Amino acid sequence: MIAESQGFAGYLRRDLLLAYRRRGEVASPLIFFVLVSTLIPLGISPDSARLAELAPGIIWVMALLATLLSTETLFASDYQDGSLEQLLISPQLLALPVLGKILAHWLVTGLPLTLVSPLIGLMLSLPAAGLLPMMASLALGTACLSLIGAVGAALTVSLRKGGLLLSVLVIPLYMPVIIFGSAAVQSAIDGLNWLGPLAVLAAMLSAAAALCPLAIAGALRLVSNN
Amino acid sequence: MAAGRNWNWFHRMGSPRWFYETTGRWLPWLWVLTLGLMLTGLIWGLAYAPQDAKQGNSFRIIYLHVPASFLALAGYYLMAIAGAIGLIWKMKLSYMVMKSAAPIGAALTFIALFTGAVWGKPTWGTYWVWDARITSMLILLFLYLGVLALQYAFHSQETGNKASAILALVGTVNIPIIYKSVDWWYTLHQPATIKFTSAPSMHMDMFQPLLVMIIAMYSFYGLALILYTRVEILRRERKSSWVRELALRTQPAQVDQ
Repeated sequence: MIAESQGFAGYLRRDLLLAYRRRGEVASPLIFFVLVSTLIPLGISPDSARLAELAPGIIWVMALLATLLSTETLFASDYQDGSLEQLLISPQLLALPVLGKILAHWLVTGLPLTLVSPLIGLMLSLPAAGLLPMMASLALGTACLSLIGAVGAALTVSLRKGGLLLSVLVIPLYMPVIIFGSAAVQSAIDGLNWLGPLAVLAAMLSAAAALCPLAIAGALRLVSNN
Repeated sequence: MAAGRNWNWFHRMGSPRWFYETTGRWLPWLWVLTLGLMLTGLIWGLAYAPQDAKQGNSFRIIYLHVPASFLALAGYYLMAIAGAIGLIWKMKLSYMVMKSAAPIGAALTFIALFTGAVWGKPTWGTYWVWDARITSMLILLFLYLGVLALQYAFHSQETGNKASAILALVGTVNIPIIYKSVDWWYTLHQPATIKFTSAPSMHMDMFQPLLVMIIAMYSFYGLALILYTRVEILRRERKSSWVRELALRTQPAQVDQ
């Protein structure tokens, strides 16, 4: 048990350290998120009433795409330098190190997106009532997206051009997350109870945290034999 | 472990051939059954069933739409179960069934969406609405496309099989969640302009041909799946002795080449 929890913490620490050393690469989803949000007023209208109406959904779509963008690299460098094989032959339960890696991924993508989202919300004139629900739903939802995306990343890690395939695999699975994520924000803006959709997101996160590492472990073992 | 290997050997060498030969005997009967049911259902539904009071003749597309939608969803579960059997018991045949089920299921999903769009124009005045069932069907099509794309992405057949089986299983866990969330999303955003005319209680004269068509579609699905799987078996086992013998028996003219 101690060794297993060390596997979790060890991979969490290792991946955070790696992320710290590649700061530029890690920042790119965040920069993408901010850049694309400036396209929205240019593409639609600078009118704040129209932007406010679209903001919850658009912020969620952009956060989803930014997460998807970063998911591809989740196992790629480990696969290329062979450390993935080291992980696979270790006697530990594979699910815990995998969970550690995903948590590290969320800490460097989902969490920064969540923290920056109020800024984007202000730029897209999101009503003030929606700011806190948006941060809460993004925090839970991007963690879900990281977990689901990791399944796709594990399945496509050995393919040279896995990027587009990854989107085809995971976007259908992302749909429940974006439905409840943007619904939480919208309900808060409409003055409804937003804790309901948020609770559903939390339930999805629990289920994903329990089930996704199993599928990821299976996929990684399969790919290593390839 | 040794026993497991023995079983693997048994399945690898035995099952596809057994399947090929057994289904070969079923095929003529299945053709007769499928064509008979399909013709009965179509003629009965399209020509003899009474017109709908509100929709007139346009409702008759239901005789294709509903059976195709049924099989589109059931086909995904069949594909996932076949994939699971392949992963658990390492059965080659079941991967072949899984691979064959993907394009058939995707085609049926597309037919369901297409007939729905054609039906939507006279009924709702538009080809496409973001209705809960249509959206779920579209997501199902994407799920099928993912499995298909993954199957062909790998050079190794073995890896492609297992990867798409894992994806199909992940999709199976997600389908109820997706359906429920899309339902919930739709009730939240339901536009007031569209009214559903689908009466839950259909008249018996309309329902009976539909029932025939649903059974016919199941039969058609079985037939298509068997035909696809047989082709897949021949393709993958083309180097085995029994397929060579079969080829020699059916095409003696090409032996000398």
